[in-house]
Amino acid sequence: MQIFDIFLLEAVLNGILFGGVLALLALGLNLIFGVIDVVWICYAELMMLGMYCVFFLHKVHGLPLVAAFGAAVVLVAFLGVLLHVLVIRPVLNSEPINQLLVTGGVLTFLQAAATLAFGIDFRNLGVSMPSLAVGEISLPWSRISAALTALVAMTALYVFLKKTYLGTAIRAISQDRAIMPLMGVSPSRIYLLTSAIGGALAGLGACLLVLQYDVHPAIGLTFGPLTFMVCVLGGLGNMLGGFIAAFIFAQLIAVGGFYFHLEWGYVMAFGFFIIMMFARPQGILGAK
Amino acid sequence: MDRRWLPALAALAVLPWVVPSSYVVHLLVQVLLWSFIYTGWSLMGRFGLVSFGHGAFMGIGAYAVVLLWNFHGLSPWLSIPIGVALAVAVAVLIGYPCFRFGIAGHYFALVTLALTEVVRSVIVALRDTTGGSLGITPNSVLKDGVTWSVQALQFADKRVFFYIALAAWAFGIWVWHRIDKSMMRYAMEAIGSDEQAAASVGVNVTRTKLAITMISAALTALGGALFGQYQQYVNPETVAGIGVSLQIVFAVIAGGMFVRFGPTVGAVFTLLLTEGLRVGIGNKVNALDSTIYGLMLVLFIIYMPTGILGKLAEKLRRARA
Repeated sequence: MQIFDIFLLEAVLNGILFGGVLALLALGLNLIFGVIDVVWICYAELMMLGMYCVFFLHKVHGLPLVAAFGAAVVLVAFLGVLLHVLVIRPVLNSEPINQLLVTGGVLTFLQAAATLAFGIDFRNLGVSMPSLAVGEISLPWSRISAALTALVAMTALYVFLKKTYLGTAIRAISQDRAIMPLMGVSPSRIYLLTSAIGGALAGLGACLLVLQYDVHPAIGLTFGPLTFMVCVLGGLGNMLGGFIAAFIFAQLIAVGGFYFHLEWGYVMAFGFFIIMMFARPQGILGAK
Repeated sequence: MDRRWLPALAALAVLPWVVPSSYVVHLLVQVLLWSFIYTGWSLMGRFGLVSFGHGAFMGIGAYAVVLLWNFHGLSPWLSIPIGVALAVAVAVLIGYPCFRFGIAGHYFALVTLALTEVVRSVIVALRDTTGGSLGITPNSVLKDGVTWSVQALQFADKRVFFYIALAAWAFGIWVWHRIDKSMMRYAMEAIGSDEQAAASVGVNVTRTKLAITMISAALTALGGALFGQYQQYVNPETVAGIGVSLQIVFAVIAGGMFVRFGPTVGAVFTLLLTEGLRVGIGNKVNALDSTIYGLMLVLFIIYMPTGILGKLAEKLRRARA
């Protein structure tokens, strides 16, 4: 094999683009963990519902794609709030592991309910975008725009958290849960807001992924585990760590899949995760 | 175990001869095998070591036996110990660093989740050997009038497997009971409530957790191997992966993970639910049972975290007092 392989370069570039989307998904989960201190195991299932929303509004009801995207983001944001109020709030003060398991129940429920409602068919949005060809490398625009949108969304969230009053309140809650109520910040309202933002990010992720992948009820199982591992690898709640970890993970999958087979890419990524857990259990950027 | 249990076990043993059809025997075998696996999981779960990795142990046990039989003609009597040993080795590989570096709670659950996915992905990726997502069937020796083979652990009559499952289940309950009465239980309870305090009074935290994880993994792998042999078919989605791990967790929580027969009650409950829905509504809506499972798991954790049997035991204790 040549040292510089054009197809390898293409795999690397695809990995970078995939990393952008993965980083967006991890960001939503990290935000929720950092603020509310729960892991939404069912995060990717919320995303799956968003994908169905885009599919039905655009393909079946003929709404413009942008309107369908907007609706999906709003819907999933609402689902995030609903999840918090109905499921998370009742177990907020029980053992942490119950909070993990309860969202595991939501995962099973959503996946099965989607199977009931939509069947197990793979559904394609049918929006085809051209590819960008640079020399011999061709990159689909759907991937490029997804990665760019993810970057913009992440920057917007960063500015929101750093520059606005509400953003400051969110960061403050994640730093000290006990003291903030004394400073006049209502945690329950911040939790609701965070759930909505986390949900909206999942909804946005849904819009970006539905352009590249077929929707089916089990698609959450493809992206869910990846997202958790990216978050844990980066240090749960550590947004910058999650960002870096997303790109490492995406590279492993893309390049590993290029040399061997897609599944081996996943095996390598998961194996890397397990090894890293022992090398740096607090995450790549986490403080001990 | 207590001598009082012998009549109960004897009553169970005649069950396959009095039930009306082989379908009921099939249900009984399913209940016993799953109860055994659930009991294995609850050994860890009851002390707060929530693992999503038991799909991995089950998959290793089930696939080791089928693959060694098909490709090397190794009898399950030899390959089951190999599969169990492999699962225990993996448990140590994952468990030791986890416990040594204090990975617990959410992190432990997520690391074990990764393990399940590694095992499932490896099974799918090695599709030339394992049959990939389509699963694999052990080569059958049951033909030309041969109805049973002890060496291949294949029996045309489900009742034979009933006794194997019954023995496994009783063994699982016995292990649960022994641990319940051992010093390990107190050590694990101390670790569960405060790891550092437990270490400070001389509990070897890493070793104790590792021991319970190894036992739990061994039981689960054995259960997986027997399940594969009984079904005469294994599939990465039904013996490995997140789906199985969640199924295990759900059933144990529904039944009650802190009481001896809780996992068994969970197995009975979930199977009755699945079969009841199937008989009542038919095969068409096959996701309905999972929909209800998921919903009930949520409700159980919110309203009844000690499970059906746990709640009953609590009520009884209160009535007596």
